[in-house]
Amino acid sequence: MEAVVLVVVIVMLLSAVAVLLFKDFLAALAAMSVVSLGLSFLFVVVRAPDVAMTEAAIGAGLSSLLFALALRRLGLWRGQ
Amino acid sequence: MRRFTAALFLLGLGVMIAAIYQHIDFSNTAVNAGQAINAVAAEETGAANFVTSVVLAYRGIDTLLELTILFTAAMIGGMVLGRRRVDAPRDPDAGFILRTGADLLFPLLLVVGLYIILHGHLTPGGGFQGGVILAAAFFLPLLARPGITLIDQRVVSLVEGLAGATFIIIGLLAMFDGKEFLTPLLDKGELGALISAGTLPILYLAVGIKVGSELAGLLAHLAEAEALD
Repeated sequence: MEAVVLVVVIVMLLSAVAVLLFKDFLAALAAMSVVSLGLSFLFVVVRAPDVAMTEAAIGAGLSSLLFALALRRLGLWRGQ
Repeated sequence: MRRFTAALFLLGLGVMIAAIYQHIDFSNTAVNAGQAINAVAAEETGAANFVTSVVLAYRGIDTLLELTILFTAAMIGGMVLGRRRVDAPRDPDAGFILRTGADLLFPLLLVVGLYIILHGHLTPGGGFQGGVILAAAFFLPLLARPGITLIDQRVVSLVEGLAGATFIIIGLLAMFDGKEFLTPLLDKGELGALISAGTLPILYLAVGIKVGSELAGLLAHLAEAEALD
């Protein structure tokens, strides 16, 4: 189990760095959801499924939608 | 005037913090509340998911205040965003993948959202999580095809108000019964059955519908805000 958690944490860290480095805003948005999904997985591991569900629904779902809407409003939807 | 308001705010904050500091006994906090609730929750509330029994029974007023905070945020969002002009330009439709994906996901998200809300007292999740999924379900089509109206805003407000009123009325019914506000009523039923835990599932349904309609309304409002030409 520890190995799985380690992999998830490394993926989360890499995608968090990727959010900063990606030139394409949509790709950065997807990487941001990966961080949230990893976090919700970690919540499941520590036996907090309610919190995990909230994190997945709000962190990965709703805020991504909101960012997608903002990107389109700002004309950055197509990316580079 | 603004400085005076700020000073007044700071004074109020200071008084509040001082009052809290006076009343909390930091050397003797209730760190064992979790274990105590674990021991008695199933018997007292009849909910298989203890988190739900805390959210709706032991800390029901907190949930009501959370709903109030969400309501205030949604209301202020609506105030700031305002109305759109009739002839304002609209965003073009999204690409093929998003349009098809939204069509496919809409019924699926509805089912998942309602499932999570209705099973809030049995499995992880509940009104808040399910409500957010419902809101996302109603927002996806707007993202795919800007300009379509899925539901009238007035209907959304009406549903939201009714759900909030249901929550408070159930709380008040307990008071008519001579118990404290939001005490769970009705038969507790069999632990783990869909119809069990008395009024908790009804409360969670109200919470879910309220959160869903509120967030859906707010997101629709955001999407409706005028596009740049």
